[in-house]
Amino acid sequence: MKPRIAFFDMASCEGCQLALLDCEDIFLDLLELVDIVEFREALSETSPRIDIAFIEGSIHREMDADRLRGIRARSRLLVALGACACNGNVQARSNLYSPAGNLGAVYGPGDRDRVQTDPEWWPLWAHTRVRPLRELVRVDYELRGCPMVKEEFLHLLKRLLLGSLPHTAAHAVCVECKQQGNECVFERGETCMGQITWAGCHAICISHGYRCDGCRGLLPDANLAAHRALMRARGLSEETIEDRYRLFCSHEIDRGRP
Amino acid sequence: MSERTLTIQVDHVTRIEGHGSIRVHTRDGRVEDLKLSITEAGRFFEHFTQGMLPHEVPWITGRICGICCVGHQLAATKAVEDALGLTVSAQTLRLRKALNESQFLQSHILHVFFLAVPDYVGVPSVLPLIQTHPDLVKRALALKRLANDYTAVLGGRALHPMANTLRGWRRLPEAAAVEAIRERLVAALPDLEETLRAVAALPLPDYERETEYVSLRHPDEYALYDGAIYSSDTGTTVPVRDYRQVTNEFTVPHSTAKWARWHRESYAVGALARVNNNFDQLHPEAQEAAEALGLRVPCHNPYLNNLAQVVEIVHCARHSIELLEEILEAGLEPEDIAYTPGPGHGYGATEVPRGTLFHEYRFDDEGRCRAANAVIPTSQNINNIERDMAAFVPHMLQHMSREELTLHLEMLLRAYDPCISCSVHMLDVEFCD
Repeated sequence: MKPRIAFFDMASCEGCQLALLDCEDIFLDLLELVDIVEFREALSETSPRIDIAFIEGSIHREMDADRLRGIRARSRLLVALGACACNGNVQARSNLYSPAGNLGAVYGPGDRDRVQTDPEWWPLWAHTRVRPLRELVRVDYELRGCPMVKEEFLHLLKRLLLGSLPHTAAHAVCVECKQQGNECVFERGETCMGQITWAGCHAICISHGYRCDGCRGLLPDANLAAHRALMRARGLSEETIEDRYRLFCSHEIDRGRP
Repeated sequence: MSERTLTIQVDHVTRIEGHGSIRVHTRDGRVEDLKLSITEAGRFFEHFTQGMLPHEVPWITGRICGICCVGHQLAATKAVEDALGLTVSAQTLRLRKALNESQFLQSHILHVFFLAVPDYVGVPSVLPLIQTHPDLVKRALALKRLANDYTAVLGGRALHPMANTLRGWRRLPEAAAVEAIRERLVAALPDLEETLRAVAALPLPDYERETEYVSLRHPDEYALYDGAIYSSDTGTTVPVRDYRQVTNEFTVPHSTAKWARWHRESYAVGALARVNNNFDQLHPEAQEAAEALGLRVPCHNPYLNNLAQVVEIVHCARHSIELLEEILEAGLEPEDIAYTPGPGHGYGATEVPRGTLFHEYRFDDEGRCRAANAVIPTSQNINNIERDMAAFVPHMLQHMSREELTLHLEMLLRAYDPCISCSVHMLDVEFCD
């Protein structure tokens, strides 16, 4: 029997699933190897047994947390797909504010208060805080990045089908950036998070004239103190540095990682 | 305008293409209650953009949606430029229009061929089509790939591109790569004709409900990148900065997306609204395609939004070929895109595949974002979709089985292309009769 794989989305832009559909050239071949039992096209979410569950998005409400636990319970392997699932991505920055503060700012004080008292407006609206999957369930593998890199997805899937997990070297975007032959962003007089960010993207943003904002998350042994000093030396204020880290790595900063 | 005295109501940016449900109560053939419920978790983009620098704002708010990330980037970029008083070159304008059209091609191809066609062929997903209609699926995959490559050549990658920013391009595309895309678009035209024929043969439900059609309108071209807000009810436009008078957002308990209404109880945005409002400005080949498909304007059948999307695929392919020629003829010259962050308050709108998208930002003296608002097409359409359903269900009840009726409501929702994921699994129709 072919392995049964499934895709789910929590709070996200759903772009990582879209990136999967962008594997047009191998999409048909892929279907020869696996059975996709739940995906966007699926009308039901009740496949009783899943070999590999790919989950995109972060968890914001108890109803979503319950759904995630349910998926974990019927899945042999669970993979976090993309930055939202791995580290809460950009929306983890909303944890800087209280849930009621977020609701009040976005929907106004009337709706904010109604959510607290009116059962009809609960639990649909009941926002707690942004959490990556690993805070709630065991995650077997994390595919980082915003968006995820489809080559990494295909590599992972091949390894999973062969019964193993890929080895992920914990090196920095900086390493791949040098392999690309890019001029260092700091040499251009700007600042970059390539030194402290998980590699795997081949420094695509720097190769296109931008900087690294750390969408793949902070390396476990990243020396943030040294990096802060580098940023300060370029004239960035503490507030700007903090804001920069919190573009994509707000959750890791809050958790005191690395 | 005094920056200090302005107050911006910060609203919810929601991507509602996730989960939701429809609830239909009927009694004695009458609809007692019908609710289209959107249950996607909020992500509060409008709140957490606080403190961000101007060029970071489009880069981050593009993450609102993986399907129209280019549109969100462009609307945000225009709003930030409006706030800071930044202008762009003719080169940048051409590149942005092309980038936008590349996303229209990506999104419409995906929606029409992978999400909508299975309904009309009578299968639950695209997967069975691989066996029964291999040519259609392969052609659609090839067209999708071309559209993705088009975005990637211009923007650096197909999803969340990074080459484009305020004022222009950080790194310009290679002329040879642009030429290759142009040639592939030309080569794809016969494939497009074939798919057109396949779509023309599909049986589409015949239900009509006239509504207010809202889109951008531009004096010189079919409005996709730029224009003022046009209503079919008044036949006039209002400036983008007055968009709140248009959207009039309000909340309902069964939806975490806000709803909208303008001159009447609800309005529609999207491909059908654009084709209805601006038909004469479509590329001549796209106008012919509309005729071949039997799409005559004004069209009040929401199911035909799928055909309007096909018409726009033809328009974007044909227009892109001309636009890329212009880009190549003018040559690609690196430009100074430096800017100084500072205070301001600005508005931006662009058409995205699902309709008109509005962004608004205010920056403080240090150029940090202090207020943000975005109104997305689907939240403008949801109200109209629910009203379509309420209008059609009594008639459908007379001659359809439960299963047929469910399918037709799903197809109606999908026709609006609310956003990819919800168009496929958002519907959980519950009957209480």
